[in-house]
Amino acid sequence: MLKIKNLHATIDGKEILKGIDLEVKPGEVHAIMGPNGAGKSTLGNVLTGREGYDITEGEVEFLGKDLLDMEADERAKEGLFLSFQYPVEIPGVSMVNFMKTAVNEKRKHQGLQPLKAGEFLKLMREKKELVELKSELANRSVNEGFSGGEKKRAEIFQMAMLEPRLSILDETDSGLDIDALRTVAKGVNALRGEDRSSIVVTHYQRLLDYIVPDFVHVLYNGKIVKTGTKELALELEEKGYDWIKKELGE
Amino acid sequence: MSEQDKILNEVTQNEYKYGFTTDIETDTLPKGLNEDIVRKISELKGEPEFMLEFRLDAYRKWKEMEMPEWAYLKIPPIDYQDIIYYAAPKQQAKYESMDEVDPELLETFNKLGIPLEEQKHLAGVAVDAVMDSVSVKTTFKDTLAEKGIIFCSFSEAVQEHPDLIQKYLGSVVPTNDNYFAALNSAVFSDGSFVYIPKGVRCPMELSTYFRINAANTGQFERTLIVADDDSYVSYLEGCTAPMRDENQLHAAIVEIVTMDRAEVKYSTVQNWYPGDKNGVGGIYNFVTKRGICKGESSKISWTQVETGSAITWKYPSCILMGNNSSSEFYSVAVTNNHQQADTGTKMIHIGKNTKSLIISKGISAGKSENAYRGLVKVVPKAENARNFSQCDSLLLGDTCGAHTFPYIEVGNKSSVVEHEATTSKIGEDQIFYCNQRGISTEDAIGMIVNGYAREVLNQLPMEFAVEAQKLLQISLEGSVG
Repeated sequence: MLKIKNLHATIDGKEILKGIDLEVKPGEVHAIMGPNGAGKSTLGNVLTGREGYDITEGEVEFLGKDLLDMEADERAKEGLFLSFQYPVEIPGVSMVNFMKTAVNEKRKHQGLQPLKAGEFLKLMREKKELVELKSELANRSVNEGFSGGEKKRAEIFQMAMLEPRLSILDETDSGLDIDALRTVAKGVNALRGEDRSSIVVTHYQRLLDYIVPDFVHVLYNGKIVKTGTKELALELEEKGYDWIKKELGE
Repeated sequence: MSEQDKILNEVTQNEYKYGFTTDIETDTLPKGLNEDIVRKISELKGEPEFMLEFRLDAYRKWKEMEMPEWAYLKIPPIDYQDIIYYAAPKQQAKYESMDEVDPELLETFNKLGIPLEEQKHLAGVAVDAVMDSVSVKTTFKDTLAEKGIIFCSFSEAVQEHPDLIQKYLGSVVPTNDNYFAALNSAVFSDGSFVYIPKGVRCPMELSTYFRINAANTGQFERTLIVADDDSYVSYLEGCTAPMRDENQLHAAIVEIVTMDRAEVKYSTVQNWYPGDKNGVGGIYNFVTKRGICKGESSKISWTQVETGSAITWKYPSCILMGNNSSSEFYSVAVTNNHQQADTGTKMIHIGKNTKSLIISKGISAGKSENAYRGLVKVVPKAENARNFSQCDSLLLGDTCGAHTFPYIEVGNKSSVVEHEATTSKIGEDQIFYCNQRGISTEDAIGMIVNGYAREVLNQLPMEFAVEAQKLLQISLEGSVG
């Protein structure tokens, strides 16, 4: 699904990613944990093609294609999805309209006809129920005036609509109360499947109680310094990141 | 230049789609302006004496006036003696049936999406098509006449309803109102006239479609709309011109009069040729539009989508004379490449309990300059006047400018005048968010801009709104940062 080899990236000349190696196979869920400033969000941004980063070394293969060679929208249409840590507001553009464009752009890319209005609305209804998104939110402008929790729920709703092959969830748990966290996790889990994978970026072990990962990686200072299974997350929760730092001899 | 700027550039550098010319024989008067030309125009149109007097009076006033320089515009010197003031497609006389209309003309309007055959036209819209200096054809006249509605070319109105013309022409925009108004009053050649009788709700949208075709020609049209007591009409105006390297002058006047409880909704989609991406050519659009809410509880609303013209100087305004009268001004003005716009409105509160609303959305891209200029004036006797103004500017890229010049003059303590203004830049994060959902940068810009202008676009009649949305996107093709 995804193969990252020796990925280095800089922003304004400052190196943030210092040689990432990671392979995600179909059906797997990988958690990436690490302290602030480790490069967790940068990794998501670089993979999804956000501007402002220079890739100085390394390569990334996504579904057999050179990911870094594609434009951001092309990557999305190929099946890569980012659930934003801070979803952006787009005033005047309704969520319905936004999703219709996104879904149909993807279908066009796959050589499919656009969905008929009825089919689209049915899909909307199903997915809204899945993440318990209030109906009125879909009629409002994208993320405008949404609460923190509603924004995150709306991200998962969009993910459900677009059925990506690989989802990157960037701190989807931040700012969520426990009930919202459960619904979001439910949505994510419902989308798990043999040919779908996820990368869950988080600070805390809490989310991983609900979205159980196959692997846990610790990202520290631009590198993956430790890889384990879900037990590693528990260990981190208990001992904190200082433990890693000590182990690295810092 | 960042990657995004590059993409923006590509998106905004789209071709103007209405830039073709029609090969048709035209009768023109020689270049230049003097009393003889004014007389000749009046004579060609077989006008009554009062019209000639009106024109000559305006011409004499114009000669004494100077071009206004207060706008935030750089206007190259205009040689008024190098312009043709009258051009008409030949053999026009009057078309009794469609068979007599030159097929080239029909084809032109078909290409513009304005079929003149009634059966082919969108049900519910009557059209007056004006090419260069004359009206080519007005549709659905008979249907409208059954309700007593007059909808015809201005020339025809002068012949058939001289009393109404004499009464209302220049009653809202006097001949000496401003330089361009005086010029128009002297040489205007055609346009539309609308009269809605008492108690009549016009059953269809009325529209005038203006087309400049002839080279070196100025277009000076005149629209007059009179809505009698308890009547209603929605009026649309569209305009395009061929792509030419020289600048062409368009100086129009629109006057609206509403009597007791009457309502007029006036919508414009202005898409004159804006010039090429280096700023060569394009229309100078110097227009005076004004309405007067003469009767009590009457209402005038202006909605404009301005995407064309090299230079725009235009302030659709309203004089709120009747008690409880109200007016609204909704505007989206887009400038790209080297376009310049100085546009806004004037709301003059005179009657008691008068209300006005101003929603202006400026969008600038490329190397363009976009200014909002608005006056809200409350005279001392205008008890309980209310105004709310909101002027937003959106910048695409960092080589364009947005300016806001609000003027507020309040002479009555019981009035409430509110003004809000914002300036924002289209966000890279907004574009990336769309990209990440599989939406290309071009489509994302179109979507964000349309979302930004939604409040105004919602005011337009359906068919127009769709057109306007597409137009916004096309106008900005090649521009974000």
